[in-house]
Amino acid sequence: MADWVEACAVDDVEEEDVIRFDHGGRTFAIYRSPDDEFFATDGFCTHEQAHLADGLVMDDIIECPKHNGRFNYKTGQAKGAPVCVNLATYPVKVEAGKVMIQIV
Amino acid sequence: MAGTVKRDYSLVGESTRRAIETGLASAEWYHTDVPRKAIKELMQRSDGPAIRDTIIWIIAILGSAAGAIYFWGTWWCVPFFFVYGVLYGSSSDSRWHECGHGTAFRTRWMNDVVYQIASFMLMRNPVTWRWSHARHHTDTIIVGRDAEIAVMRPPDLLRAALAFTGILDFRYSLPALVRQAFGKLTPDEKSYVPEMEQHKAVIAARWHIAIYIATIALAVFMRSWIPVVLIGVPRLYGTWHMVLTGLLQHIGLADNVVDHRLNTRTVYMNPISRFIYWNMNYHVEHHMFPMVPYHALPRLHELIKHDLPEANPSIWHAYREVWPVLLRQLKYEDYFLKRELPPTARPYRGEFHEVNMSAAAE
Repeated sequence: MADWVEACAVDDVEEEDVIRFDHGGRTFAIYRSPDDEFFATDGFCTHEQAHLADGLVMDDIIECPKHNGRFNYKTGQAKGAPVCVNLATYPVKVEAGKVMIQIV
Repeated sequence: MAGTVKRDYSLVGESTRRAIETGLASAEWYHTDVPRKAIKELMQRSDGPAIRDTIIWIIAILGSAAGAIYFWGTWWCVPFFFVYGVLYGSSSDSRWHECGHGTAFRTRWMNDVVYQIASFMLMRNPVTWRWSHARHHTDTIIVGRDAEIAVMRPPDLLRAALAFTGILDFRYSLPALVRQAFGKLTPDEKSYVPEMEQHKAVIAARWHIAIYIATIALAVFMRSWIPVVLIGVPRLYGTWHMVLTGLLQHIGLADNVVDHRLNTRTVYMNPISRFIYWNMNYHVEHHMFPMVPYHALPRLHELIKHDLPEANPSIWHAYREVWPVLLRQLKYEDYFLKRELPPTARPYRGEFHEVNMSAAAE
């Protein structure tokens, strides 16, 4: 059964930005889109072990800080070299000012 | 003093095995602390600066080509070919580089278009080189891992000098494209290009070769050298500026370390060289934060220079610094230049590297 876990407060993430969230020995990335929606993906780039939370959010794209690999953080889709493998995404909901993610 | 271990620059050899075993491959690198807000602001993309620079670049290329054609057969064509050659054979390298990172323009297709054009001008396979450059950033100057080490140890000075003529690069690049066009990738190339991308490298090489064949056919049809002097051959006579600036990125500094302050150099350059080189003279900054676009590198430099070795004040100064190091490396290949940090910097940390510091000159 997948658990809902509190990742952060809404205000912890700036608009069009990302933060890191560690839980249960795993690392996730929590995004706030320009439309003020929240999303969650695995925290590491699928190309190499780089923290996506150090990257740049542009519209619906997260760009990895190491090799500029790009993913759509809403769908996890890899957008071309040097990333070829999609990113895992997780359901997100906001409750009482808290961002919750459902970890599988 | 520890004994010298012969370096093996193959990407599938003894040094590769050692780099992986010792954790030098895909390691955690030192980064200067920069507040998220500041680095996020520096990373922001915009199309404006690159569109402006690309318009100037294209006008300068077409203008110098037109002048070279107009004055063909007279000595007056020489200065036009001089300018055209540098724009074609040198400035294309920085365009290839920045657009390969996807940082020059905010709009993705603009990066892709300029990347493809610049790759062709450089006789570089746009697929294999994209991956080799990713490896260069993962494992900068890690022997056995980095595919882009320009001057290996012990240094081959004749080879380094010939690089300014473009002859060696030409001799390597064109046959490599022909080989790739026939579907053959070397074991080194296969080590850094994922299998699912390898067919794209073959297709790209075929396009490049097709354009060169068309250029030669046009030259034969016109009974003129002009097409080949404008397409392909500038890779020879226009490469010198790319080599002049590019060699300084890492030459004479440490290898097998995971701190860019030890293996990478920032050099202040004149505005023309900086336009040609698209600010890659701020090279430590670029390696530490590859997401920062070329036009924001001077601001990044101001922000973090307290934590970096002092920049060389000129190209000339940097070569004067490098020359005695290269001479020493001829006899003792472990020797390198360890650049002094300012008192405001965080010191080089032993846990970040296992370099033989006794081999260092400060």
